[in-house]
Amino acid sequence: MQLRDDAHRYGAVSVALHWVVALVVFALFGLGLWMTSLTYYDPWYRLGPWWHKSIGVVLFAVVLLRLGWRLWSVHPHPLPNHRPWERVGARLVHGLLYLLLLAVMVSGYLISTADGRALGVFDLFAIPATVTGLENQEDVAGQVHLVLASTLVGLAALHALAALKHSLIDKDRTLARMLGR
Amino acid sequence: MKKYILPLLFGLAVALPAQAEDYVIDTDGAHAYIHFKIKHLGYSWLSGRFNEFSGDFSYDDKNPTASRIKVAINPGSIDSNHAERDKHLRGKDFLNVGKFPEATFVSTGYQDLGNGQGRLSGDLTLRGVTKPITIDVEQIGHGPDPWGGYRRGFHGTTEFKLADFGIDYDLGPASRTVIMELSVEGVRK
Repeated sequence: MQLRDDAHRYGAVSVALHWVVALVVFALFGLGLWMTSLTYYDPWYRLGPWWHKSIGVVLFAVVLLRLGWRLWSVHPHPLPNHRPWERVGARLVHGLLYLLLLAVMVSGYLISTADGRALGVFDLFAIPATVTGLENQEDVAGQVHLVLASTLVGLAALHALAALKHSLIDKDRTLARMLGR
Repeated sequence: MKKYILPLLFGLAVALPAQAEDYVIDTDGAHAYIHFKIKHLGYSWLSGRFNEFSGDFSYDDKNPTASRIKVAINPGSIDSNHAERDKHLRGKDFLNVGKFPEATFVSTGYQDLGNGQGRLSGDLTLRGVTKPITIDVEQIGHGPDPWGGYRRGFHGTTEFKLADFGIDYDLGPASRTVIMELSVEGVRK
């Protein structure tokens, strides 16, 4: 598999970044819902948020890298059988997915840093707080984090269904291309 | 006839015993606080406060048993100096402030124990549950302030079980009772 994208194929870097981000988003969503339901004496009561935040910060860096790579790469052309509305719809959803990804991660950061505490990453380093002390910051950021994360996962599911439709009904290469073929 | 009424009323007012003094709690100047503390795991104290509340009280030196107080507290203003914990405390596991945006304490009686000590009974409404509680009260002092007003201050402590007010999130066996500390300075109206 080639590393870089060209007009017809996604390269290994884009394919890997796509699937890693997809996997991590769904994992963090599940972890987030689960960890907030834990009881105080659960060993994961502290460990869950520790992983959630640390992985979230790494994901943020990966998404920035992905966006950079995407801007720098030649974008594969849409397949000829894709109808105009499908092309527009796909672009719109892709844009929204990126936007939601960034917004979810920023809102998460704003919860943990609302009181000026830094956001620890794997006990290795910490991201300092910037915006702090807004009116009910942790509550508002918390609501936004949950709503946007749910929207992101819902939209990603729609995106996956659309890819499956291309593979199973249209029998085109849309999904295969995202596997590097 | 009319000209007799005014002097009569005036005479009546003079003859009546001293009226209870009404005070407004000085939350504007923040000479009042509502603190709470609860054991953490049984190993230490976790302390916090409610930043937003208001109220007034009435006190009569000659008839302390007629004293009364009413305080409204915004439970959403809970502040334990940790945003993530405060978010949890405001949520459904604890105060559920979305559904119960106000807590109140309304006194129902006051027992004067002498030496500035007293026992205040009243109804605490928290998380939609109203239950009677008793607050041990100490009068700290009273007198004119340097700016032409008159002030009087009390300090009260009480404790209750969280479960009494529907908060059953398990913080461990040592952390079922919360201690509340209410300190108020009133400015005479």
